[in-house]
Amino acid sequence: MKVIVCVSLVPDSTTKVKIAQDGKSIDESGVQFILNPYDEFAVEEAVSLKEKLNAETLAVTVGTDKATEAVKKAFQMGIENGVLIKTDNEIVDTYSVAKNLADFINEQKPDLVLLGKQSIDFDSSALPSMLSELTGIPSVNVVVKLTIGDNKVTAEKEIEGGQEIISTTLPVIIGTQKGINTPRYPNLKSIMAAKKKNVETRHSTYNENATEIIKMELPPIKGKGKILTDGANSVPELVKLLREEAKVI
Amino acid sequence: MSKKVLAFIDAKDGKFKNPALEVLTEANKLASLLNTESIALVIGNNSEESSKSFGNYGIKNVHYIDLTKLNSISGKSNFSYSHSAFSKVISEFAKANDCNIILLSANSLGKDLAPRVAVNLSASYCPDCTAIKIDGDKLVATRPLFAGKSIADLLLKNETKVITLRPNVFKVEKLSDEEATVISVDPVSLGITESDFSVIVNDVVISSGKLDVAEADRIVSGGRGLRSQENFNLIEELAEVLGAATGASRAVVDAGWRPHSEQVGQTGKTVSPSLYIACGISGAIQHLAGMSSSKCIVAINKDKDAPIFQIADYGIVGDVFDVLPALTKEIKSVVSS
Repeated sequence: MKVIVCVSLVPDSTTKVKIAQDGKSIDESGVQFILNPYDEFAVEEAVSLKEKLNAETLAVTVGTDKATEAVKKAFQMGIENGVLIKTDNEIVDTYSVAKNLADFINEQKPDLVLLGKQSIDFDSSALPSMLSELTGIPSVNVVVKLTIGDNKVTAEKEIEGGQEIISTTLPVIIGTQKGINTPRYPNLKSIMAAKKKNVETRHSTYNENATEIIKMELPPIKGKGKILTDGANSVPELVKLLREEAKVI
Repeated sequence: MSKKVLAFIDAKDGKFKNPALEVLTEANKLASLLNTESIALVIGNNSEESSKSFGNYGIKNVHYIDLTKLNSISGKSNFSYSHSAFSKVISEFAKANDCNIILLSANSLGKDLAPRVAVNLSASYCPDCTAIKIDGDKLVATRPLFAGKSIADLLLKNETKVITLRPNVFKVEKLSDEEATVISVDPVSLGITESDFSVIVNDVVISSGKLDVAEADRIVSGGRGLRSQENFNLIEELAEVLGAATGASRAVVDAGWRPHSEQVGQTGKTVSPSLYIACGISGAIQHLAGMSSSKCIVAINKDKDAPIFQIADYGIVGDVFDVLPALTKEIKSVVSS
């Protein structure tokens, strides 16, 4: 079995976003980058398949040299091979990322593609569906439980207020959601082993953008709120404000 | 006349959720701005009659596909629907009817279908949009990034554009009592075949029938200040009197007190309800990112310096164990009077 995990490098969720001088991107100074938290579930799923079924595992990312950090994090968790699809500039258009990954997947012909249900920077949640259309491989996103039998795949997809039980066949593309497993922490041995591994670099196969960010700003700042300080005694006043001023109840 | 604006709506038993009406209203608005027509495509069961109500929102022509008829093409039985077939239907319909702007709700179905449709139509895609502007011949869509820590304007460069609208952001405007003309469409005429059913939903399991935070217009959320799983009954009681969904901070989800489906924040759900009540939540940046676009934020926390108070519209500095029962009681008496 051949498993490909698509990974991305994102700003840590504690990052306080500042807008860069160009007014179209974030100021990356002082920002700590991490493996996208949802990708950790995808990596864990792949590594456990390696352990259980002797699956062949490969992590791939699209981006500038910096993006190799995401593949190295995947190495630390136990992924065997890694590829950077190198672009000259940071890609912000999801279709462009999908096209590069799809070209790679079409060439590699994996049985299973795993990736986080969304990256926590652009939150598009679009890659699994786009990859599916570009490769002709079925996909299920936001998966909280995955069962793979001989060629038969059952996935539980989280939806509003419940789950969909979905069946499809291999090969398949799965977007992982929190709950599918508990990602392992790399130990010292795996961190040392990861250092010896190389990330193969390839050139991007597609560089056009269907969308372009023309402006980025911080969300509007709210005016100072009315904060009451007398504990439970303030409740009647709060309810009055919510009813008469805010008109929300 | 330029090409049409298409609103995609999924319907169940003749019922449409509020986000569907938001999509219809926005489709009609865009079409007016572009001096063109907006049409709706509905896939559903027993919803043909009720689709006439779309006329109220300015949509004159509704194209209706019966779900049972669509499913029968698959040659399979005992399943609810197929994502892959839905996306093929929307794509082929848009081509056949000359639509170049396709709007869907950013609910879990829309988020799954829209990127597929965008690829099929070589379209520019904007997910989770909060505003659409027409600037000459350009279309600019606004969307939050980093779970709302920043707001970006996206230029959609391709001729065809697929956009999902974040629920609870766009207004629903009923314009008249007019009824739309509903036209039944045979999915076979769109070229749908058995092979389009590669992914099928066998079953939908609804957990306890509770309102989901992603869809709710009111949310009561609890954090570590509640001190234990059991104490979340205080959150649930307040939510009940308000008809609100219950939410949670990452800390309490990680602690296993609440399910992940309730988590609000950058690694949970991003929400924009009319009312968000944060109880015992200090306001870590990743939580604030997920809820700061709520229209009215109420914070209850015993620490007056908690960051949540900086974005709150209203707040009480006090112990959640005193304030919450009092608040539930007060609202109950006010609402019933």
